[in-house]
Parts: sequence; C-alpha cells; structure tokens
Amino acid sequence: MSDFYHDEQDSDRFRRRLLVAGAVVLLAFLLLFSRFFYLQVLRHAYYTTRAESNRISLVPIVPNRGNIVDRHGVILARNYSAFTLEITPSKTLDLETTIDGLAGIVEIQAKDRRRFKRLLKESKTFESIPIRTRLSDVEVARFTANRFRFPGVEVKARLFRQYPEGALAAHAIGYISRINAKDEEAIEDKGQTANYKGTDHIGKIGLEANYEYELHGTAGYEQVEVDFVGRAVRVLSRTPPVSGNNLTLTLDSKLQKIAEQAFGGRRGSLAAIDPSNGAILALVSSPAFDPNLFVDGIRFDDWDDLNNNPDKPMLNRAIYSAHPPGSTFKPLMALGALTSGKRTPAYAIADPGYFDFGNRRFMDDKVGGHGAVDMFKSIVVSCNTYYYRLANDMGIDAIARFMGDLGLGSKTGIDIPGEASGILPSPQWKQRRYTKKEQQSWFPGETISVGIGQGYNAYSTLHMAHALANVVNYGTVFRPHLVRTVSNPNSGEARAIEADPVRQIALKTEHVDLIKRAMAGVVKEGTASRAFAGAAYQSGGKTGTAQVFSLRGGKYVAGQVRERLRDHSWYIAFAPVDQPRIVLAVMVENGGFGAQSAAPIARQVFDYYLTGQAATGPAPESEAPGEASDGPLFEDEPHEGD
Amino acid sequence: MKAIKRFLHGIVAHLDMPLLLIVLALMTVGLMTVFSATSSDGFDKLDKQLINMAVASAFMLLIARTPPQTLMRFAVPLYVVGVALLLGVALFGVVVNGSRRWLSLGIIRIQPSEIMKIAMPLMLAWYFHKHEAMLKARHFVIACVILLLPIAFILKQPDLGTSLLIAAAGFFVIFLAGLPWKVIFGLAAAVGAALPLVWTLMHDYQRRRVMTLIDPTSDPLGAGYHIIQSTIAIGSGGGVGKGYLGGSQTHLEFIPEKHTDFIFAVFSEEWGLLGNGVLLLLFTLLIGRGLMIAASAPTLFSRLLAGAITLVFFIYAFVNMGMVSGILPVVGVPLPFISYGGTALVTLMLGIGILMSIQTHRMLVKK
Repeated sequence: MSDFYHDEQDSDRFRRRLLVAGAVVLLAFLLLFSRFFYLQVLRHAYYTTRAESNRISLVPIVPNRGNIVDRHGVILARNYSAFTLEITPSKTLDLETTIDGLAGIVEIQAKDRRRFKRLLKESKTFESIPIRTRLSDVEVARFTANRFRFPGVEVKARLFRQYPEGALAAHAIGYISRINAKDEEAIEDKGQTANYKGTDHIGKIGLEANYEYELHGTAGYEQVEVDFVGRAVRVLSRTPPVSGNNLTLTLDSKLQKIAEQAFGGRRGSLAAIDPSNGAILALVSSPAFDPNLFVDGIRFDDWDDLNNNPDKPMLNRAIYSAHPPGSTFKPLMALGALTSGKRTPAYAIADPGYFDFGNRRFMDDKVGGHGAVDMFKSIVVSCNTYYYRLANDMGIDAIARFMGDLGLGSKTGIDIPGEASGILPSPQWKQRRYTKKEQQSWFPGETISVGIGQGYNAYSTLHMAHALANVVNYGTVFRPHLVRTVSNPNSGEARAIEADPVRQIALKTEHVDLIKRAMAGVVKEGTASRAFAGAAYQSGGKTGTAQVFSLRGGKYVAGQVRERLRDHSWYIAFAPVDQPRIVLAVMVENGGFGAQSAAPIARQVFDYYLTGQAATGPAPESEAPGEASDGPLFEDEPHEGD
Repeated sequence: MKAIKRFLHGIVAHLDMPLLLIVLALMTVGLMTVFSATSSDGFDKLDKQLINMAVASAFMLLIARTPPQTLMRFAVPLYVVGVALLLGVALFGVVVNGSRRWLSLGIIRIQPSEIMKIAMPLMLAWYFHKHEAMLKARHFVIACVILLLPIAFILKQPDLGTSLLIAAAGFFVIFLAGLPWKVIFGLAAAVGAALPLVWTLMHDYQRRRVMTLIDPTSDPLGAGYHIIQSTIAIGSGGGVGKGYLGGSQTHLEFIPEKHTDFIFAVFSEEWGLLGNGVLLLLFTLLIGRGLMIAASAPTLFSRLLAGAITLVFFIYAFVNMGMVSGILPVVGVPLPFISYGGTALVTLMLGIGILMSIQTHRMLVKK
C-alpha cells in the first residue's frame, strides 16, 4: 500500500511539473506573438519601406573568354558580340502566346522553337533563355518598339564563341556549350559557383574543357537598384570583370590543315610531335565536325547527323581509338632486344618463311622467307620470322616492361580530356581484364603475335608518335601537349606549359642510332620508298598493317574484301634523320597496307613542315608495294603485310 | 484478407487522432511553404519533401505499434551505440562546412547526434524508471553525467543547435522526474555566473552570432544579414500577409536558407500575423495534446518520455521562430514539420510515434 501511496504522490508532483512546463510554453508563445505583433503591426510601415527599398541586387558581369591561337597567332577560337532575344519563362504570362507574338516581329523558325523547348527543359524558369540569336539591327529596333507587349522578353548583347576555322582541329580545340546540371556540380566542386553566376556556357571537350578555368576569367559585379519586378533602374557601383587567359597552341594550323586534307575524308588519325619538347604540331581525327554548331545549343537534326554517322565524327580517334600497331611495333621491339641484351645488331637468323611454335606454324609474309636476316634487314624488309623468334626469346614480361617504359599502355598526359590508355598485353593485364579463370592465363603462343604488333596490342596514334619521339630523343620523355603558353591579356604575362622533360628512359645512343638508320632504310629501299621518292630531306619510317578481319583458310586479297573489313594502314616516321624536328604516327582505318594509304599522308605533312611546300588535297594511294604483296594468313593469327 | 484487415486494424488502433490531425495540419502548412520558397526551382524540393514525409510517417506508424515496454528495452543499447558513434565521429568523422558531424559508412553518411535526440530522453526516462520511488540525490547526479557525456562530444563538433536540443531533452526528463526547485535555481544562478567563462570558450562564429543578435546592423553583409532580411520579411508581411506565393523578400531571393531553417520568414511574409497566430495555435495544440498524454501515462518511464518529447517539440518551435524573428541567436534548428529536410522530420515523427504508442498502449498496461 505504501508503494501505491508513493506512486500517487510522485504522479501528483509530475502533474504539477507538467503544469509549470505548460505555463512556460504559453508564456514563451505569448512572447513570440508579441514579437510578431511588434514587427508586423507596430513596425509594419517601417518594414514595408525596408522591403520596398530592398532592391539593391548584385548583377554579375560575365568576363571575356580567352582566345585560342595557333603557334603563329592564327585565331582558332574567339568571341564576338551579338544581340539575342531572350525569354525569362517565370516572368511571362503564357509562353506559347509570347513566342507566337514574337514571331510576328522577328523571324522565328521551327528549329528555333525546338531548340528553345529543349533549353527550357534543361534550365530553371527564372533563367533567361534565348529564342533567337544573332538579331539584325532592324529586328532589334522592331522588337524595342514593341517591347511593352512582351513582359519577360528582353534583347541582350551577348558574347558568342566562334571558331573561325570551322572543323579545323575541332577535336583538339573542342567547343563550349550551355552549362548543364553535371557541369554545375563540377563548378561547385571547384568552388567557382560565384564566379559562374552569369556564365551560361562552359567548355565541354578538348582544350575548351581542359583549360576552362584559365579561359573563363573572373566575373565582375554591378550593384544595381532594381524596381519591383527586379528590373535594373540605376547602377550604383561596378567591379569590372577580368578577362580569361589566352591560349597559344603548339599546333601549326597550316600543317594541321594539310594533314586533315590529306585524309580526304577517310577515317583515321594522325599525331605529329616535336620530339625536342613534346609539342604537338598536328593532331588529326578524321572525319571532324564543326564546333560552331554547338555554341548556341546544337539543333536536333545536326546532332542526329553527327551521332548517327557511321564514321563517328565526334570520336577523337587520335587519342581515343586504339588499334594493333602491326609492323610499326617492330622497331620498338628491336630496340627492346638491344637494350635488354637479347640481340646484337649483327645476330642473324636464317628465315625459312615460317616459325614453328608447339604445333602451330606462324607464317612470314614472303613465301620461302627472306634468307639471312639481321636486325637492320629485319626492319627494312619487315621480317615476321625475326620477330616471332625475338618475342619468344624476350618473353612477354620483358616486352611489356620495355614498351611500358616507352609510354605504351598508359595515358601520355596530353592536355585534353578523353585519352585512352590503350592495351599493353601482359599476363597481369590479362588477369585484370578477364574474370573467368580459364580466360585469365597467358599462353606462350600469344607472346609470338604480340612480337609483330598484333594480338591484344592496341594503341592510339598519339601513343605511337609519343613512343617514337621518346626513341629518337634518346630516351628523354616530354609530356605531349597542345598548349605552349597561357597568357594574361591585360598584363601580357605568359606562362609556359610543360617545357621540362618528365623522365629519362635508359637507352644507349648506338642502339637508337641503329634503329634510326634501319628506319631510314625503310624509306630509302623498303616499303615506304615509293611514297617518299624524290623527297628533299631524309626521313625514317616504318609501315604497318593491322588486321581487322581474319579469313579462315582463305587468301587475303584487299580488293575483294568489303571496305570496312580491309586492314588498317599505319605509318610511323621522323625527319630529318640526323636532327629530327618532327615525329608522327598516322593510321587510316581500312586503308589497306601501311605503304598504301598512311605513308603518302606522312609525306605531305613532312614536305610542308620541312620544306614549306606541299601538295594539298587528299594524299594519293600508292599501289601495293611489290616486295610485300598480299598478306599471307595463318590459322587464327593476324597476317602481316609489309 | 483477414491478415490484411488485422494489420490495418492494428495501425488504426495505435493512432492518436487529435495528434495525427494536428501533425497533418502542420505538414500541410510545411509543404505549401516549402513550395513557395522553392517554386523558382520547380517541383523538385516539393516532391522530395513529400517522400521525406512518407518515409517519416512510416517510421511513426511502426513506433506507434511498438509497446512502451519494448521501447524501454532499446533505451540502453541505443544510448550506448549513440555515444560510440559520437566517439567515432570525433575520431574518424567527415568534415562538412567546417564541422565534424558526419560519419561515413561507405555509401551513406549518418549524423549520430540525430540519434541522440531520441536516445537521450529514452535513456534518462529508463534510468529514473528503474530507480522509481527511491530517487536520491545521487541518481540526479548520475543522470546529469548521462546527459553531459554525449553533449560534450556534440559541442566539440561543433554543433551548438543540436547540443542545445539534446540538453533540453535530457533536462526536461530530469526536471519532470522531480529535480528539486532549489537545485534548479541554484544551477541557473551558477550558469549565470559562469557566462563570462562560457564566452571565452565559445567559437568565434558563435560569439559573432550573439553579438549580431544584440545589434544586427553591426554586420549587415555577414552574420547580421540573415536576421535583418528575415525581420524585414516578417515585418513587411503585416496583419494578413502579402498572399501565398506573393512574398517579395522570398522571391527576390533575399532570405537565406529560405526552405530550411529560415522557412518561417517565408510563411510569415506571405500569411502575416494572422498566419503566425494560426501556426502558434497549432503548436500550442500539439504541445497541449502531448502534455495530456504525459499526464495520463501509466508508468514513470512513459510519463517522463512523453513529457520530455513534447517539450522538445516546444523548444524546436520556440527557438526557431525566436531566431528568425530576431529575439534568439541564430542556431541551426529547423521549424518542426515545416522546414525542408528528411533527417529532422524522421526524428520528429519518431517522437510523435512514441507519444502515440504511450497513449494507445495505456489501457493494456492498466489491465
């Protein structure tokens, strides 16, 4: 019973405490209410005035985006000012009637409406969205006279990006386009939200994307007094914007143009590098696209054309498409053999025309073989048997280590986004690549085809040019780069990009010299002699052919295979031989033999760069060279043609 | 069919209708105001807040069905886990906006201090319940230790708003358990005396907030900006407000954090003193109902828990409206059931669920 009594007493005290708490609550709320009464009734007039005068807003001023010029000052990207007609959807009464009404004053085509609808979906309703760009003076005048009829519609002077050279080097330069949600996140991550308040375009690909924060500049602000709907009445103060930095490229636009024209619309890519500093002289991905299409928001049909084109013009082949390099791999293999001590220059094999490994026979391209073949000859005549045996002797691990050192199978670090690593085959790579146990193990036979640049090998033209530049530079590695200097347009102060070597590969001078001599031999008397006949300079090169399609038991006859199944044509080269000033790699998809399509393109590029003279227009396809005719086939193994 | 019927019956049987109606009314006001505050961004935030509300309501239903005796069993484990997680935050926490409040668990980040908001009153109510009818001075001392341990961690993060809410929750339990008045007044006097010391221990930004409260115009573009703009919004709202979606302060983007901590300024600008009165009435009804549930609860545990949770709702509402209208310093406390945000809503609805559980399991215990 005493428990019960206790309980009652406790519970009474509890209720008293609740009452106290309740009283405190009521008092506190009464206090709040009197505060509200004070603010909203007694001081209402005062705060209404404050709210009315609360009309000073900060209006961002977008800075001028930096220009992009080539190494000789040719303008590749710039800005121009034009009038646009823009609608702020949240301020209009009815969007459709507004647009219909506007169409009576200025020309608004169906495609303009479609673009507006798409932008509307991507934007917030208080953002100002263009319905027409590039108004004529007459149109501006006509709209201004009728402006009162269209609340929420304004004519604005905007800066537009223009790429005066059109599709020239489009993949390298890239383009800018309207900021989307993903870009906004990136801007936030960089802590640049305030700086991008008034900006509505951002670099999407290429240099425009990679150097976005250099090119953009710093936004300025105007303190303005606004009226009750937020329209500016008076400017109170102004902090001017700081223009973005200009980019001066290493690219030579004339060389670039000659290289692009040499492709003549064929699919493929080219990378040309100055080996003494890693400067990229030309970077071609063919076919290309016109970046100007993207600036105002690309029209649906244009996008459709680009996207559904079987030639994939948007793809940056030079840095992203990786293919087996074929025989262009051989000089690199030879250097690896010398460096690792697996071969001496004089060591010669007797080539019977095939190489037996286990119960498989790997065929050479020349029936009956090349006879006695030493290293020099193996490169000049592109002897497969020599490299089958070499690959077997070196082993896959040593090959992978050396090629990795040269820069293959990893990103080169070029200053545009979207670079592929390529595939440098090794047992470790295979283990990472495949998940099934039975696919993971490395077969010795696979090493044999890696030795002639086939098998799993896959590199971009940039990879091959980079690797060859590292070789002719005696192992001094520079990061390939497109921008030479970033300069401040106001102070003129310029900052150089990446002039110092990044690392040194241990190569012996006499080994490199032998490879260079052998590659010069290819041009003088080997597979590239026809393409370079009569050149005013000495160059070294190596042709290559990458198989696309394997014909079981049949003989590969280029003309009889459908175009898309023809081999890819490769050529890597440097010139002049003594003091190389340019190194390049070129690949023509389905171009057949390396000597046939790729080497003539290299000839035009070298001619222009070294002599200032060049044939313009598509490079001729030379006939299949005599000493390496139709490629023979082995069962399931890639064939080699040069 | 039968199973479903029984299930539905179980849900309805554990709802407290008055409480439910009040909360629904508050959430309706919340949704409308969130939309007004974020209408320039479309329906995105509104949709997300609807989902938050649905999730939080599911938690409420779940807890409402759980008998208080079961809840009591969770008191100690939840508290221990909460303290352990706070220790984890102190050691491995993720820093967001300069405060170390979050613990990253792979894909999700949790804020352990949020758990403490429920765990603290639960733990203290359990503790007093266990020592019912023989409460001595030392029990109050131990209760204070239980209270201060996690608060020390949270103050260190630093998170003044949350420490305040948890301290309040714990204090209410101790107060309702019968902490003698002389001790309360003694403590109040001691705190008053210690204020200068607290001032020296405060972070710069906390000091700035107090200074700003005393004179907002001292820093019009910095810390004072929030208070100046929100009082202008409230004051210009006048007697009946500028009308729904008509607040110029709101829509010209003058109010910062207008859909979260400062949402009351948006509501107040558009609905005026009349709207504020209705909102205060709704909160008064909510608290009144909660206190009634506490008064008629059968066990000490449920009495203390119900009372403390109810008073925490009061603290939320009072501190938030007080700071937005410029009579309390700016601390990060949302307006309950109105402010946008999922975490706070879940915690609040768990509290409502506990109240409903206590109310609807009352008869069973008496039997």
